Amino acid sequence: MTVTTSGELPELLHDVIVVGAGVVGTAIARELARHRLRIALVDAGDDVGNGTSKANTAILHTGFDAVPGTLESRLVREGRRRLAAYAEQSGIPLEPVGALLVAWDPEQLATLPALAAKAVRNGYHATRLLDAAELARREPHLGPGALGALEVPDEWIICPWTTTLAYATQAVRAGVDLHLNCRVQSVTGGRHHELATSRGLLRTRYLVNAAGLHADELDRLLGRQDFTVTPRRGQLIVYDKLARPLVGHILLPVPTALGKGVLVAPTVYGNVILGPTAEDLDDKRATGSSAEGLETLRAMGARILPALIDEEVTAVYAGLRAATGQDDYRIRAHPRLRYVTVGGIRSTGLTASMAIAGYVTGLLGDAGLHLGPARDLEPVHMPNIGEARPRPYQRADLIAADPAYGSIVCHCERVTHGEIRDALTSTVPPGSLDGLRRRTRARGGRCQGFYCGPSVRALFEDGRR
Amino acid sequence: MSRTARAVDVLVVGAGPAGLAAAAHLAAAGAGRVEVLEREQEPGGIPRHSHHQGFGPRHRPTTGPRYAGRLADAALAAGAALRTGVTATGWAGPRTLDVTGPHGLERLSASAVVLATGARERPRSARLVPGTRPAGVLTTGELQQAVHVHGQPVGSRAVVVFTAGADAVARAAVDTLRTAGAHVVALVTEGTRGPLRSPRHRFPLLTGSTVVELTGHGRLTGVRVRGDDGRCALLDCDTVVFTGDWMPEHELARRGGIALDPGTRGPAVDTAFRTAVPGVFAVGNLLHGVEPAVSAAAEGRGVTGPVLAHLAGTDPWPDGGAPLRVDPPLLWAAPNRVRPGGPPPLGERFVLRTAERLTAPVLVVHQDGRVLDRQRLPRTALPGRPVHLRARWTAEADPDGGPVHISVMSDSRRSGVGGPPILAV
Repeated sequence: MTVTTSGELPELLHDVIVVGAGVVGTAIARELARHRLRIALVDAGDDVGNGTSKANTAILHTGFDAVPGTLESRLVREGRRRLAAYAEQSGIPLEPVGALLVAWDPEQLATLPALAAKAVRNGYHATRLLDAAELARREPHLGPGALGALEVPDEWIICPWTTTLAYATQAVRAGVDLHLNCRVQSVTGGRHHELATSRGLLRTRYLVNAAGLHADELDRLLGRQDFTVTPRRGQLIVYDKLARPLVGHILLPVPTALGKGVLVAPTVYGNVILGPTAEDLDDKRATGSSAEGLETLRAMGARILPALIDEEVTAVYAGLRAATGQDDYRIRAHPRLRYVTVGGIRSTGLTASMAIAGYVTGLLGDAGLHLGPARDLEPVHMPNIGEARPRPYQRADLIAADPAYGSIVCHCERVTHGEIRDALTSTVPPGSLDGLRRRTRARGGRCQGFYCGPSVRALFEDGRR
Repeated sequence: MSRTARAVDVLVVGAGPAGLAAAAHLAAAGAGRVEVLEREQEPGGIPRHSHHQGFGPRHRPTTGPRYAGRLADAALAAGAALRTGVTATGWAGPRTLDVTGPHGLERLSASAVVLATGARERPRSARLVPGTRPAGVLTTGELQQAVHVHGQPVGSRAVVVFTAGADAVARAAVDTLRTAGAHVVALVTEGTRGPLRSPRHRFPLLTGSTVVELTGHGRLTGVRVRGDDGRCALLDCDTVVFTGDWMPEHELARRGGIALDPGTRGPAVDTAFRTAVPGVFAVGNLLHGVEPAVSAAAEGRGVTGPVLAHLAGTDPWPDGGAPLRVDPPLLWAAPNRVRPGGPPPLGERFVLRTAERLTAPVLVVHQDGRVLDRQRLPRTALPGRPVHLRARWTAEADPDGGPVHISVMSDSRRSGVGGPPILAV
């Protein structure tokens, strides 16, 4: 059970190294950990899920609107089934809220039956058309002018942070070495891959590229030029928990030629998100929000859910999606190179992650990696940071057993001393206050640290000593 | 999920100046069992981490922590029960609160509930300041706690951003930064003026300036500022403090279904601090964002009579009354429900805020087209500063009429008799 963040790397020859500890990389490492293999998972960041995976819309998709017949359509469908079951078993926050594709003009309304038919071609049969009256009954705070909707009851919301963390935790407990702050700088071929990293040399027989935004760069290090990643920025506004009663479903726009558009959705933490924008950039570090982006979102939010705009904003963030200019995932095996690229995984990657992992494992087997028999992994039970089930501060049983669960440190999010302590001593501990926030929600609420910031920081610094 | 249930006479939520003063006076006046719930480990509210002078009565100024200590001592001496590290998490009934603490879960019922949950500064995110999300972005509350309570380092080059009228808080932030050994690079405000300068308070001041971007990955590297003239500058710094822009901490009130005033965003209260929910009172900065601690404490004292009257059952909870509304550029008024025959507000005046500087303003109070009062203010009204409206007109209001409006006229001669006197400034 090893997680390293600095210092020497092991000299052993690995069977597989997975580059990129996002939701896809951790899922692959976890899947591979079911076999008797020497595996390392490396990431340039100081935490798992620290890139695209931490800043998305946190939806468990059905794939109803995928391009039928694509790999994405297939993997999203299978991945949804697997992740929903896994979340149930592991305590990953998940809420079956359902989605409504809202039509705001006659043209959009006319598109809905075609979208329902497309859903069927993607193997999804549960959509239903709602008229304006039923839509207004289901979403009474919707802005004026909504003409009808397509209901997609199995679009749910999920916690992306806990998902990645659960995969990583299970992988590490099953023997995977996780090396953070470990940027791959070059790869030398030969009998084995030799990876020069910012922390030294790693050797492996097989290599999996799950480097997200940087997957094209790693590809080039191996002499491949299959695709180019163009970062597509998505800015999102997170509204306060007190806004949660305003919206019951994920409110999706009807897709247009310009893309999927801006949605309003509840989060499993009890907030409401508005976003994302879609801006093609050339800087893979441009994770800032912009005045124009926020203004655009507020204007769209005011139309979709007018009352939302008067609510307080808790957070603003921007994530970069790894767009490749292709309609499908770019998952490709290069058996001669003993190498698999997992590129172009877009916003559906969270949903598809477990299916992608299964698919990639199969590709590695086809490429000659001897997998041997698979075992069941020890189940994980992740701390609950969602609002659908009781949080520790609401549980008399936990507090009776350990008063630290009754001692609230972060008031806005009601995070207890016990939860912060647990996160700091967990299998994959946070490397920063932001990492602690993603594990516990501490400092993630409306005051953003006005009340609890220094106390949380003190606990974090003590816990790391 | 087992909760221990218990009843008290008065439950005060929040042990800041308002809550402690209310508890002290209620306990001393024989209100029965008075219990104060405080979610922090120490009582005192914001003064607890405000180490500068200027708290307490003008003739006996002291530091925030000393002032907070005195208030807590007075509440205890009067016989109030003060419980820290316990949080009221929600309502189980109109005057029943669910509570979490290290000892377990409780359900506390009371004959009267006094909400005194205070206020906080809006963080960078709520102000929609664009840019990256690096470390080193603080509010004054976080800064003061980091330095004065935890002794944590805060960076070496700091920018302080403050809203118009938040001069005192900005000055306190500068002092705290200097205590922590940070160099204050600049003070930035959208307003037209800064904190009064003294030899001790020399700092570059950028007025009429907006923060348009924060830069840096991991740690803050700069604050981009745009001036009135459209020119931009990147201030090199590793810390930025967003100060002022106060927001009532109204979560518990809202979760209890207590109506808020649209201007203050705190609970709407009448002149006896009564909310719309029978038996639930609200006092202090929860009502209006930040006022000096002595004002919050005075409101806490002021609730004593109304609570005692409620406990005695001699004073049925009045319903209705007319809401008090302000017209732009006024931002809010508190208290904000009026009832003829009700007690006068504290100090026999309503407190207002304006968004714009008003020279020689005349405030006009009117209801359903009828002018109730017209008051020329003695001095220029400034954003971020209290503006006072005398309460001599409340008997004239119709309790069953529409909202009572407060408008601004710049010149009393243009009185607009007969029509609604809503005039541009």
